[in-house]
Amino acid sequence: MTQAQPDQRPAPGRIRAAYWRGFRQGLPFLLVIVPFGLLFGVAGTEAGLNLAEVMGFSILVIAGASQFTAVQLMVDQAPTVMVILTALAVNLRMAMYSASLAPHLGRASTWHKSLVAYFMVDQVYAMSIQDYETRPEQSLAEKLAYYAGVCSPVCPQWYVSTLVGALVGQAIPPEFALDFAVPITFLAMIGPALRTLPHVIAACVSVVVALVFAFLPAGTGLLIAAAAAMIAGGQAELWLEHARARRERGEH
Amino acid sequence: MPGYSTLTIWIIILALGIGTFFLRYSFLGIVGRRGLPEWALRYLRYTSVAVLPGLVAPLVLWPSGTGGEPDPARLAAAGAAVLVGVLTRNTLYAILGGLAVLYLGLYLIG
Repeated sequence: MTQAQPDQRPAPGRIRAAYWRGFRQGLPFLLVIVPFGLLFGVAGTEAGLNLAEVMGFSILVIAGASQFTAVQLMVDQAPTVMVILTALAVNLRMAMYSASLAPHLGRASTWHKSLVAYFMVDQVYAMSIQDYETRPEQSLAEKLAYYAGVCSPVCPQWYVSTLVGALVGQAIPPEFALDFAVPITFLAMIGPALRTLPHVIAACVSVVVALVFAFLPAGTGLLIAAAAAMIAGGQAELWLEHARARRERGEH
Repeated sequence: MPGYSTLTIWIIILALGIGTFFLRYSFLGIVGRRGLPEWALRYLRYTSVAVLPGLVAPLVLWPSGTGGEPDPARLAAAGAAVLVGVLTRNTLYAILGGLAVLYLGLYLIG
C-alpha cells in the first residue's frame, strides 16, 4: 500500500514530538478510563462472566458502552442475536469516526489502518481529529504518531483496570458516583470542540434529536441525531459562507 | 453466566469484536488513496460535535447511578464540565471541574 512520499517524510524528531504531544493529551483520560474499566470488570463478574470472558470483552471489543450494553442484555436474558445487534448498534457511531478520520489516515498502510481501527475509541478519536484540524500541515507519519501517542496511556489501562475490577469483584461504594465519570469525559471533550457557530448548532441539534428519539432501541436515536446534526453543521457553515460573500460583495 | 452456554458467550464476544472492528475500519479502508469529496468533508467536520452531545444527553438527564432519576448534583457537574471546557479549551480542566462539582454537589445535597 502507499506510504507518505519519502521526500516529504519529516525528521524523526517531528514524529517523536507528535507522539509525545498525543501521549500528554491522552493522559487525562486515565481519570475516566480507569474507573470505567473497573466498573466493567465488576459488572461483568457480578453478572456471572468468568475472568477470561470479562477480559475477552475488553480485549476483543474494546468499546466500553457496547460492552456494558451486551452484559446488561445478557443479565436480562435477551436472545443471542439481539445481544449482538444491539451492542453493535451502540458502536455504529464508530463508522462515522472512521469516515471522519479517512481524509487524514486513509492513505496509511492496511496494517496501520487496522491498528487505527482496533484502537478507535471515543477519546482517541476526539483528540486526534481535533489535533489534525488544528495542525493541518502534519504528515501522515506525524498523524499516525499522534494517534499512537493518545492510545498509549489510554488503551492498555482499559485492559488493566478491567482485570483489577474483575479480580476485586465487589462493587465500588456508590458514593463515588463512578457511573458519572463516563458522561463527564464526553462532556469535557465537547467544550473545546465548540470552535465555531456551526459546531454549536450541530451540538444543539444532536442533543435535541437524541432526547426526542431516546425511546427507540439502543443506538438508533443517536444515529438519527448524529446524521441530523452533521447536516445542520455543514449547512450552517455553507449559509455563513454565503452570507459573508454577499456582505463582501455589497461593500465593494 | 446463567442462561448462556460458554460457547454462546464466546460467540457473542467474537461477533461483537469482529463487527466492531469492521465498523471502525469501514471508511478508512474504502477511502484509501482517493480521498473524499469536499461536500462530504464539510459534513464530516461536525462528526464529533454531532455524536458526543447526543450520546451524553440521555446519560445526563437520566443517569444510571440514580436508576434514571434526574439528579441536581449530576446536572450541575455536567454543566460545569461543558462550561470549563468552553472557557479553557482544555479537556483535563473540564474533567476536573466536572468531578469537583459532582463531589461537591453530592456532599452538599446527598
